[in-house]
Amino acid sequence: QHVVLILIMATKTEEISQKILSALDSNKETIHSYTFAQETGEDHQLVIGAIKSLQCLGNVIQLEQNQFEKWELTEEGAEIVDKGSHEARVFNAVDAEKGSLQADLMKLPNAKIGFSKAMSAGWLGVDKNAEGGTRVLRKVPSVVDLVQQTLKGLSEKGVDGIAEEQLKDFKKRKLITNVVIKYYDVRKGPEFSVQLCKLETDLTPEMVQSGSWETKRFKPYNFDALGVPVVCGHLHPLMKVRTEIRQIFLEMGFTEMPTNNFIESSFWNFDALFQPQQHPARDCHDTFFISDPMCTLHLPEDYMKLVKRVHENGGDTGSIGYQYDWKEEEARKNLLRTHTTAVSARMLYKLGQEKEFRPVKYFSIDRVFRNEALDATHLAEFHQIEGVVADRNITLGDLMGMLHGFFSKMGIKKLRFKPAYNPYTEPSMEVFSYHEGLKKWVEIGNSGVFRPELLLPMNLPKDVSVIAWGLSLERPTMIKYGIDNIRDLVGHKVDFEMVYSNPICRL
Amino acid sequence: FVSYSQVRRKFATMPTIAVERDHLMQSIGKDFTDQEFDELCFEFGIELDEVTSEKKMLAKEQGEDKAKGASETVIYKIEVPANRYDLLCAEGLVRTLKVFLGRMEAPHYVVTKSKTPQIVHVKPATKDVRRFVVAGILRNVTFSQSNYKSFIELQEKLHQTIGRRRAIVSMGTHDLDTIEGPFTYDAQPPSQIKFKPLKQHTELSGPEIMDLYSQDSHLRQYVPIIQDKPLYPVIYDRNGVVLSLPPIINGNHSQITLNTKNVFIEVTATDLNKANIVLNSLVTSFSEYCEEPYYVECVEILEVDGSSHICPELNYRHETVQLSEINMRIGIGESAESVAALLTRMCLKSSVTEEGRAIKVEVPPTRPDIIHCCDIIEDAAIAYGFNKIKMTFPNTTTIAKQLAINKLSDQLRNGICAAGFTEVFTFALCSRDDIANKLRGNIDDIPAVHIGNPKSTEFQVVRTTLLPGLLKTIASNKNRPLPLKLFEISDVVLKTSDKAVGATNRRHLGAVFYGKTPCFEVIHSLLHRIMQLLQIPFNRNGAGYVIKSADRPAFFPGRCGEVYVDGRLIGNVGVLHPDVLSAFELNMAVSALEICVETFV
Repeated sequence: QHVVLILIMATKTEEISQKILSALDSNKETIHSYTFAQETGEDHQLVIGAIKSLQCLGNVIQLEQNQFEKWELTEEGAEIVDKGSHEARVFNAVDAEKGSLQADLMKLPNAKIGFSKAMSAGWLGVDKNAEGGTRVLRKVPSVVDLVQQTLKGLSEKGVDGIAEEQLKDFKKRKLITNVVIKYYDVRKGPEFSVQLCKLETDLTPEMVQSGSWETKRFKPYNFDALGVPVVCGHLHPLMKVRTEIRQIFLEMGFTEMPTNNFIESSFWNFDALFQPQQHPARDCHDTFFISDPMCTLHLPEDYMKLVKRVHENGGDTGSIGYQYDWKEEEARKNLLRTHTTAVSARMLYKLGQEKEFRPVKYFSIDRVFRNEALDATHLAEFHQIEGVVADRNITLGDLMGMLHGFFSKMGIKKLRFKPAYNPYTEPSMEVFSYHEGLKKWVEIGNSGVFRPELLLPMNLPKDVSVIAWGLSLERPTMIKYGIDNIRDLVGHKVDFEMVYSNPICRL
Repeated sequence: FVSYSQVRRKFATMPTIAVERDHLMQSIGKDFTDQEFDELCFEFGIELDEVTSEKKMLAKEQGEDKAKGASETVIYKIEVPANRYDLLCAEGLVRTLKVFLGRMEAPHYVVTKSKTPQIVHVKPATKDVRRFVVAGILRNVTFSQSNYKSFIELQEKLHQTIGRRRAIVSMGTHDLDTIEGPFTYDAQPPSQIKFKPLKQHTELSGPEIMDLYSQDSHLRQYVPIIQDKPLYPVIYDRNGVVLSLPPIINGNHSQITLNTKNVFIEVTATDLNKANIVLNSLVTSFSEYCEEPYYVECVEILEVDGSSHICPELNYRHETVQLSEINMRIGIGESAESVAALLTRMCLKSSVTEEGRAIKVEVPPTRPDIIHCCDIIEDAAIAYGFNKIKMTFPNTTTIAKQLAINKLSDQLRNGICAAGFTEVFTFALCSRDDIANKLRGNIDDIPAVHIGNPKSTEFQVVRTTLLPGLLKTIASNKNRPLPLKLFEISDVVLKTSDKAVGATNRRHLGAVFYGKTPCFEVIHSLLHRIMQLLQIPFNRNGAGYVIKSADRPAFFPGRCGEVYVDGRLIGNVGVLHPDVLSAFELNMAVSALEICVETFV
């Protein structure tokens, strides 16, 4: 439909263009576009369109833009020309013999103003004591609707002969309005030709083969148009950021951990990480526990014994432990993992079982689950980004340097560290970066050195330190793409417009 | 490791204490601007969360009108680490910061024993309800409005944090001059217990007390801790006066006032270590108001088995840490003297030993968070200043490796996206209906993992298929220009006996086409394209992939195929059943594909 309309318009434009050229050719020096439109009965905008298309041809015509003011009828004014003035309509509605009830008359459109005008003109009178309510009676047998006549004249012949006072009154009554008409004065240009040269839109194979393109003239392109939208697939914004962060870890020599196990035992999620069994995190208000399959059947027996001891009294780790009775059934409870650190624990345990220690650098970016209140920035599931380095004699300074290396790859240069508390790391540090926009330090991640109570039962050598850090994937993504509500980013309610127009992720 | 501000976790949120600014500065003996104090907090590892006043807080909670006339005294709200019970009141915080700033030495707490010590007899019946009790006495205390308030608030904080809302530990404080030892810790049938609870005018029985407080906005949360037990724990004095009914309420008789001089503190618990931590926190924080500051009178506990012990013990533990260990773990090169000075500023009185090779550290009873040398090393690092430590980069050389399934997933994602499909990202948790009824299946036949404590139906199961997420995404975008071509590669979870936990993740690939007609050929050709990317030929007989006609409830009869690779079933493809469409509020046809990609790794 759109295309057909454009074609009709194009034909029409060509027709008018031809008329203009012919008029100029027949010794008419200047064409006034507005007058031309009135004379030929064409729409002024179409005439202007034709003039502009002629202008595109080069120096065929010369243009000069001008303007003039003009009185035009408003919608109300046009209605009066059509149906009579408000006062005349009220007068005509009054029964010539018996008069009419005022209440009925007032139901007419614009009756209030019409009635008062008719009264002051002395056309109507009122009988307030009439039976059934106030009656309006005609005082003259007939009237001449001067307002209608004058407006009609104005619309047909212009303002000539209409008194200044009258115009003012019409303007005040919002029956007429002053408009500015922009028009063109058109003259012949140096390359004037009455013959309209047809412009080619596209370079065709025939033109290329025959060489006819050399003599053709081509329609100029509109470079302001945005072109036809590209039909293509799109990757999800969160996944794009995930890819970039994954890339950072790979560039830094980190190996990806197998985090494809959402269901975890409390043992690996908490106990192996030296998180006591009475820790609030293990409360059902915070963690999703699994009712089916409810328990983990197999746990490494020997290791579990060491973990029990370290919780109860520190075992051989030099710790005094948490001084409570550790219960195996509590450790067997299945849950949706609350952090990917559960997988880090499994990986470090595995490392400890190898014949000889070897340094490792591990990372993961995957889903974790929390059974807590939801709001604009919190969902029950989100992604945790985690990095872990295990080697002999790693220092707190090394952790800071590692964090600096990691975050500068994300474009975050200015870091500061704050002592923090975390059940499985000591020392623990919150990572802050200076936010240029907010002009303050904001927390961007959490980090620490794993406690010996966690590493020694895994059979890792005493001089091995393990540093680790974590952050969420959603939050930096929301900040990067300026998204306020997390549901606009992830889940089924996401708006595709956001996905379609989302740029590539450059950190 | 997910930082607090990014993801709020109730349990990880640090406790917050409110302290009057002027009082705090005066006690520390130094004036700080808000910013300077904020810096100090950052350095020490606590957080100046909010600068406010009673008026501002009231205005925020109840509106400007209610706040009229309220105090405008500036209040600092300070977050402290969850394991630092010594920082849960202004007294402890001031003491710790003063020592940190070198403005005082850490006090040494002394346990005194009276010639005729107070005794608590423990009765056997308490064993099954709340088995531990400890107690202590503060003599000749001078209470003021402000330290009295602080004393009450500290008890509340301890109840909430280490006490786990009184379930593990609860405490009662009593005017010792109104009661007479020896005391008895017993457990009795509820109906036999009768006393006047705090601020009540009549005597009530155990069950009546439970009824009363199950209506109380503050106390009702604690009622379930003992309500249904056959016996309730109770503490009596020698004359049968009830001191308290732990963990619910104290007796009115022995309540402390501003004029109380001698305070008897009893702590009952299900965990002895935690009971001792609580008792120590209370007596160490408030013994500074005793006539003889930092002196605490002990109480003798006579256990069921006839043994006895005194409490609080206020033990000072000694740890020796090698200097090289401290320097190595932090990455600094300080002298033994310097490290000892750093630790002393953290309330860990330290001295040099082993000819300068080691530090002898005295761990005071105020620091139950120190359970290993690494805790001492952290304190040395804090006192040194985290941000003064030189950043270094570990020499760890490793070769990166991607997880094979993730690498393959990414390659497939790019390939499918290039084929004109748009990636969606949907939730792993959903309702039982989403994976069963809505797909015309029966939940009992589906090996789904069920969540035991979901807060809403959205979190009943872990998804076993990607289809519901894809269909819900279409439903919320059905006004977009059609057709919609969507895909997702993500994990589903199935119950299995192969894994120790009894469940396993499976990487699935799902794709849907939504338009005026099902256009099955589009999804069909996507499947072919995926197989092309994986170099798997179409082969009706033998190695390769093949689609066999099948009948699956979610699909339109006769328009469903099973996808086999090398004879192994990996998923389905077809046009969805109209009942499935209406269940997901869709009004046009959908063709869909879902396969497991694990086999291609």
